[in-house]
Amino acid sequence: MSAPAPSMYSADAQAVAEKLGLSLGRPNLEVFAETLQELAAGDPNVVAVTSDSRGSGKLGPYGKALPRQIVEVGIAEQNLVGIAAGLASVGKTTFAVSPACFLAARSLEQIKNDIAYSDNPVKLIGISAGVSYGALGTTHHSLHDFAALRAINNLIVAAPADNIEARASIRSAAALPAPVYLRFGKAPLYDLPGDADFVFGKARLVRAGRDAAFVATGEAVIHALLAAEHLAATAGLDCRVLSVPTVKPLDTKAVQDAAADCAAIVTVEEHMVHGGLGEACAALLAQSGRVPKFRIVGIPDEYTVTGSQADIFRHYGMTMEGLATTMRTLLGD
Amino acid sequence: MQTYTDDDLRRRSLEYRRDTLRAIKAAGAGHTGGSLSAIDILNVLYNRVMRVSPENFSSPARDRYVQSKGHSVEALFVVLASKGFYPASELDTLCDYQSHFVGHPTRKVPGVEQNTGALGHGLPICTGMAIGGKLDGADYRVFTLLGDGELAEGSNWEAAMAAAHYGLDNLTAIVDCNTLQITGRTRDVMNAEPLAEKFEAFGWAVRTVDGHDIGELTDALSAPLEAGKPGVVIARTVKGKGISFMEDNGAWHHKVPTDDEFAAAMAELDAALAGVAGASQ
Repeated sequence: MSAPAPSMYSADAQAVAEKLGLSLGRPNLEVFAETLQELAAGDPNVVAVTSDSRGSGKLGPYGKALPRQIVEVGIAEQNLVGIAAGLASVGKTTFAVSPACFLAARSLEQIKNDIAYSDNPVKLIGISAGVSYGALGTTHHSLHDFAALRAINNLIVAAPADNIEARASIRSAAALPAPVYLRFGKAPLYDLPGDADFVFGKARLVRAGRDAAFVATGEAVIHALLAAEHLAATAGLDCRVLSVPTVKPLDTKAVQDAAADCAAIVTVEEHMVHGGLGEACAALLAQSGRVPKFRIVGIPDEYTVTGSQADIFRHYGMTMEGLATTMRTLLGD
Repeated sequence: MQTYTDDDLRRRSLEYRRDTLRAIKAAGAGHTGGSLSAIDILNVLYNRVMRVSPENFSSPARDRYVQSKGHSVEALFVVLASKGFYPASELDTLCDYQSHFVGHPTRKVPGVEQNTGALGHGLPICTGMAIGGKLDGADYRVFTLLGDGELAEGSNWEAAMAAAHYGLDNLTAIVDCNTLQITGRTRDVMNAEPLAEKFEAFGWAVRTVDGHDIGELTDALSAPLEAGKPGVVIARTVKGKGISFMEDNGAWHHKVPTDDEFAAAMAELDAALAGVAGASQ
C-alpha cells in the first residue's frame, strides 16, 4: 500500500524535506505491529492484549500468525490493563494495545496501581495517539496522556518521532523489566537524520545549532526540523533540534545544554500545553537557574478545533511555517 | 503442606482474630469488621488449600492469592506472619512512619502477590494470571477475595465476562458477603443481589457457603468447582465475626476499639479458645 500524500506538509515544507534528503517512511503504528510480530514470532512468551483494537492497532496479521499470543478482552479497557498486569506478573512479556485516548484515561487507575505501583512490567501501547483521529473529535484525542502518566511513579513515557525510534523503542521496551508507555500515530513519517541509537531517557540530536533550539517529541519533531532548516535558509538562524522521545524520564542534560548554548527554546508536542514535554522542560530550567527565552507549543487549553490531524497541526502552528514564526517572534526579530 | 484438623483451624481462626485486633489496636487504625469477616476464608486458603509458603513464593508454580478487598489487610498480614513470611512482631509497625506495612496490601510485605486497595482490581489481575497459567499449561490456581460492596465496581463484571469467555477453571473468586459497607447495608447502598444468579448468567460455576464454616469452605475451595468454568464461592459472612458487640454492626467498618472494648474482645476470644478442643493457649 502506498502511503497517502502527506498533507501534514505544505508544498514548501515538502521541498525542504526533499532538499534535506529525507525519505517518507510509514506510519509508526504499522512499524509497531510489524516489530511486535517479529518479537513474538521469536519468543513465545510475548503476548499482545487487545480491546477490540487489533484492527486499529494493525495487529490483524499478528493475530492470524500467532493466535496463541494474542488475548482479546473486548471493549473493556480497565480489564485490558488488569489482565495485562496479571499476565506480566506470571512472566509474560505483555503488550497492552488500545487507543491512547481510552488507555490513558479509562484505565488510568489500573495503570497507576496494577502496572506502575505493583511494578508489573507491562508495555502500554497507546495507538492512534495525539490527534491522529482528527475529526473524530475530543473523545478520540489523547492530549492528556503525557500529563496524566508523567504524574505516576515508575512509568517510562515515550513518543517515538519516526520509524527508527519506533522500532527501537518497541525492542527496548520488550527487553526492559519495567513498565513503559509508548504512543504511536497513524500518519506516515519522514525518517529523521541523526544518531539512531535509542536509549530510554536520552534525547537524539537531529540537527546541531547554537542560536536557538527546538525541543520536540513524537510526531511533531519533523515539523521542528523543517522549521529549523527554513530559518537557516530564510533568516540565517542556526537552530538545534532535539528529538526527545522519552518525555519521562527527561534527558535533563540535553535540555540544560540547549538552554546554556542557545538564546531561545521552543518546545513542540502533540499534546495539551499543560503537563507535557514543555512544562517538564520549563520546570527543569526554572529550577536550574538558566532560562532562555522560552515558549511551549502544543494544543492550547480549549475545545480542539475540528479537522484532520493536518488541519489541527496547522491551526495551532505546529507546522514548519508556524514554528518558524514562533521562533522568530520569540527571538524578537 | 502441614495437615490441620478442623479444630486446629477453628483455633487458628480465633488466634487470627486476636492478632488482627491487636494489630489494629496497636496501629490505631484498620478495617476491623471486614478483617474479621474474612479470616476463616483466609485460614482455609492458606492452611489447607493453596500451595503457597515462604519456601515456594518465588516459584512460578505456586498458587496465587490477590486480596481485591484490600482494606481488610490486617487479616492478611496476620495470616502471612503465621505462615512464616515474617515474624509476627513486625506487625507492630503497621501504619507507622516508614513501615513497609502499609494500610493496604503491598508487595513490600513478603507474601503479598499484588498491590491492591482500590476496589475492582483483583479480579481482572487474577483473570490475567489465570490466562497466563492456561497459556503455559501450568497447574497453579488463582484466588481472589472480593467484598460484596466491591461488586458495584464495573471492572469486576468486565473480568467476570472474560474469565468465563476463556473458561478459566483455574480461577476462583470468593465473595466475602458480609452484607455491610461503609454507608450501610449493601442491599440499600447498591443492591448486587442476586449474586449467585448474576455469576451463573455470566457463565460461572457458583457455590454458596457459610463463610465461617471450615468444612463448607474446604469443600468449596479444595478443587475447581467445575471444569471449563471459573468458580465463585459466595461466602455468607458476618462483619465483625467473633466479637459479640462488633458482629453485623456497620459502625465497626473501620472503628478501632477503645481500651475497654479491646479488653472485652480479648476476653471473648480467650473464652472461645478455651472451648475449642485441643486448645493449647
